Amino acid sequence: MKISRAEVEHVAKLARLSLTEDQYAVFTPQINNILEYIEKLNELDTANVPPTSHAIPLSNAFREDEVKPSIGLDLTLANAPEKEGSTFVVPRVI
Amino acid sequence: MLKKREISAVELTKSIYDRIDRVENEINAFVTMNKEEALVAAEVANQRYKDGTAGPLTGIPLGIKDVICTKGLRTTCSSKILGNYIPPYDAMVMTKLREAGAVIVGKTNMDEFAMGSSTEPVWTGPTHNPWSLEHISGGSSGGSAAAVAADECLGALGSDTGGSIRQPAAHCGVAGLKPTYGRVSRYGLVAYGSSLDQIGPITKDVTDLAIIMNSISGYDPQDSTSVPREVPDYTAALTHGLKGIKIGLPKEYFISGIDPEVVTAVKNGVTELEKLGAEVLDVSLPHTEYVVAVYYVIAPAEASSNLARYDGVKYGFREKSPANLMDMYYQTRTNGFGPEVIRRIIMGTYVLSAGYYDAYYRKASQVRTLIRQDFEEAFKVCDVLVTPVAPTPAFKIGQMTDDPLQMYLSDIFTLSANMAGIPGMSVPCGFSSAGLPIGMQLMAGHFKEETLLKVGFNFESATGFHKQKPTREPSLRIPTKRSMLHEE
Repeated sequence: MKISRAEVEHVAKLARLSLTEDQYAVFTPQINNILEYIEKLNELDTANVPPTSHAIPLSNAFREDEVKPSIGLDLTLANAPEKEGSTFVVPRVI
Repeated sequence: MLKKREISAVELTKSIYDRIDRVENEINAFVTMNKEEALVAAEVANQRYKDGTAGPLTGIPLGIKDVICTKGLRTTCSSKILGNYIPPYDAMVMTKLREAGAVIVGKTNMDEFAMGSSTEPVWTGPTHNPWSLEHISGGSSGGSAAAVAADECLGALGSDTGGSIRQPAAHCGVAGLKPTYGRVSRYGLVAYGSSLDQIGPITKDVTDLAIIMNSISGYDPQDSTSVPREVPDYTAALTHGLKGIKIGLPKEYFISGIDPEVVTAVKNGVTELEKLGAEVLDVSLPHTEYVVAVYYVIAPAEASSNLARYDGVKYGFREKSPANLMDMYYQTRTNGFGPEVIRRIIMGTYVLSAGYYDAYYRKASQVRTLIRQDFEEAFKVCDVLVTPVAPTPAFKIGQMTDDPLQMYLSDIFTLSANMAGIPGMSVPCGFSSAGLPIGMQLMAGHFKEETLLKVGFNFESATGFHKQKPTREPSLRIPTKRSMLHEE
């Protein structure tokens, strides 16, 4: 086993997901299969290979830091599940 | 036809919605329709034809994959978590298409957040293949490909992170192009695997691909991965004759385990290209067998980071009456995402978590370099690589949903173009004995879209596979066997 049910639960928590017992029973072996397959990469010696993070080499994609019109308060809040005045509302934190 | 005023843009748009009324309940290609706004856009297009300011896309009804933000028009990614999201802005490709006068028919169905190869999202249901309703349309841009194949629009946009334009195009018998990474702005594309994602067209033929590419390509300072580079007239590349073009056949793409009908169709296609004047040679991409493993580390890792933003605070779905803030995050995300998205978020979070980063993400990124170098070597001796798009024709709906690894392995031929950032295209090259379309993939070096379009154009002109239609009653009153975008 590459990953135990407890580890899947730990990782799910990191990602703010709470799965049911049934879901753990399905996902744990599936994720194990995939991770076992990925082991294949260790057949290759990559000690001296630089990693690729982007396929097209681009550096310093800078632009001028200019003030531009923004979409405004109404549009910003238009999709809010809950809002009040000019703010997003979430459940009590403290 | 629009230009000659044989049909008006409004008549064309109305006939598209008539067609949708007849076939959409069987196909399920769309998540959201845009009829009211489309008819207004068609009126504007009529005016542009009258005053002589119309361009090649003016009045053309297009479908837009539901991963591309459309101002004022719901954009869901076929996910419950974005089920009520109405973007306050347009993606850059939408700004460009609207300026060109295109008519937006609606938003097309997809695998949830573009994660999948079959367009079987839980929330919006599967898109059926117009050639055989019990088969998948391919994915993740299955709604776009099926809508084009079923004449529910004349062209469409998709997005491609590991084959999501090319594979559904192949399964639905239409043309699809994934441009070079950086060619088309991704501003307003909902992010999945940011080092791999790219927007591109799905159309009835290669000329239409070129016409849409002319409109959507180009540098955009709002996308930091956009490449400042001039956009050629892609239609100028569509000239006859393939003399001087070298076609490479990578031996790793013609291995056992592939459906023999697919191999035969692609090999016949290669013979056709040879007849047209191309030179054919064998090449090798030795790291092909590692492509799936690399992809299913990198894409889920990037996805887990990109999808952290769906927390129920600012937009999208929020689970009702959570006990506290933390509970709101848990409930919203657990109930808002479907199973494939949850699986990839967990995998991605795992491979990036403390102690595993080097073993997985760094290792995969190193092997990605080897894959990229394979292509650099191959393109020293050939201009275009020809391969199958998928190892089999479309499989049946529901056939693979319980075995994700098996589904992932079906992406083997398309993933590498995204790893290397090179353009890849799919054109129809035949049919299986069951009557399902088969696609041929063409890949070229960075920014060599013109070469792909030229080869694809010559191929379809010589073979005519793209003119075959699914045997659904031809109810559009316009002759849809040919493109509406250009004269033949």
